[in-house]
Amino acid sequence: MSAALRWMFFTLIVRPVLFVAVGIHVRGRDLLPKQGPAIIVANHNSHLDTLTILSLFPLRLLPRLRPVAAADYFLRSKSLAWFATNIIGIIPIPRAGRTNGRHPLEGCCEALDRGDILVLFPEGSRGEPEKLSAFKTGVAHLLKMRPATPVHPLFIRGLGKVLPKDALVLVPFNSDVVIGEQIAWAGSTPDFMAALEARMHELSAQIHVAPWD
Amino acid sequence: MNAVIQYAQHFFDTPVHVAIGAIYGLLIVASLISFTLRKLAPGEAMTELSQRVKSWWWMITVFTVAILTDRVISTIFLGFMSFLALKEYLSLVPTRRVDRPILLFAYLAIPVQFYLAHIGSFGLFMVFIPVWMFLFMPAIITLFGQTDGFLRAVGTISWGLMITVFCLSHTAMLLTFGVKLGHAAGPLLFLVALTELNDVAQFTWGKLTGRHKIIPKVSPKKTWEGFVGGLLTTAAVAAFVGPFLTPMPMLWSAAAGAIIASTGFLGDVTISAAKRDLGVKDVSDLIPGHGGILDRVDSLIYSAPVFYHLLHYFYGVWPAGIL
Repeated sequence: MSAALRWMFFTLIVRPVLFVAVGIHVRGRDLLPKQGPAIIVANHNSHLDTLTILSLFPLRLLPRLRPVAAADYFLRSKSLAWFATNIIGIIPIPRAGRTNGRHPLEGCCEALDRGDILVLFPEGSRGEPEKLSAFKTGVAHLLKMRPATPVHPLFIRGLGKVLPKDALVLVPFNSDVVIGEQIAWAGSTPDFMAALEARMHELSAQIHVAPWD
Repeated sequence: MNAVIQYAQHFFDTPVHVAIGAIYGLLIVASLISFTLRKLAPGEAMTELSQRVKSWWWMITVFTVAILTDRVISTIFLGFMSFLALKEYLSLVPTRRVDRPILLFAYLAIPVQFYLAHIGSFGLFMVFIPVWMFLFMPAIITLFGQTDGFLRAVGTISWGLMITVFCLSHTAMLLTFGVKLGHAAGPLLFLVALTELNDVAQFTWGKLTGRHKIIPKVSPKKTWEGFVGGLLTTAAVAAFVGPFLTPMPMLWSAAAGAIIASTGFLGDVTISAAKRDLGVKDVSDLIPGHGGILDRVDSLIYSAPVFYHLLHYFYGVWPAGIL
């Protein structure tokens, strides 16, 4: 039932709004993983980021796509929790760390073992519109536990103007998504994080940016 | 099935349909030429040419369907073009975070403006953007209280609304002339087909004979030879088709063709100047081989209002208005 609702939400609402009203230009679409397990790592400026990434894949992969999101934010009310879990399909992670003796990344590992594609935002929150903040190392911890998983970097520009943090209404701007070559686990957290950040800056340099001050 | 056969049998009964048939004829010829050239001399330039021709098939098909079906659909289609053009513009120019709501108002002006065109409310159509919106937007920007960059914001947003919505909405206003003529799309088809023909003719004449540059700092490829060749070609074709598609006789039509050619040129270079200032070659890559919507309709931005005024004020056709 909720799988059908999720499918309808993405085909009838999300895709038309994103691809017709907003206008998203995608580069390097063929670099996206064709199947799980895989991890998509993206920069985060807007709630639309998650919806956009989920809309880049063919619809048959929709049940496999699992955004990883903060439990304290998305599970704060009953209706939001229902929407986040069933329609967006999030894997909630506690930002405070270990709860009830469960490792915070256990849900992510289980999903990867099932062959799901995780969507991770290492900046941790949407932050200042259109600015890239420092990456948190959660993705490296996850890779230590599942080192064979391919990581696909993806850079989004423009959606932070369309729907920034605290905004209620969507204002259309042409936006860009660039997908980069996949990165493998480098053996140590600092090495991997450095490689990831370098790749993200490379991708961001490919997009023309209109000043937004 | 019978309805389809009947539609096909009577397809060429109106001048608009004959003209559209001729456009597809041209398109087939262009495809054959591009195909042959590509076989004879393959290369990057030829790939771009065939990509352009392919995009022309798409654009002409969408445009044909939009103008032949129904005036409401035509107007919505033209409004959507305006929306895409405004969005490309606002995505490229520098904007201030504080002005986000103003941009929303700018988008909301599109349905209002095209509705005014649809009901043929000429007076409101003329003042809504250049008077009301131009007074309203700076006033709201003032209320936000951020004076840093105020003039830049007012200037860029107002000009964008002017060229992408006010100017382009004259295409929808032209449809109200057509209502009187029996087929809504006649004058609009005349304007759009000749504007695009002039672009192609100017480019071709310039490639073949161009030597003397007009404004090399803005558009290095624009030459006097291309401009004059394009103008003469457009005026000649206009003289021939004008009497069928518009209420104007041959000489008036030729003059209209010349005016469309010169204003089209001005639109093209004006948008080029803006693109140079922003440091981009094409506005976007929505249409393969052509660039963005704004790259395709740049000439129309100037030719649409001037052609409308020619018909209205100088030739004396009044829109079939409700108000």
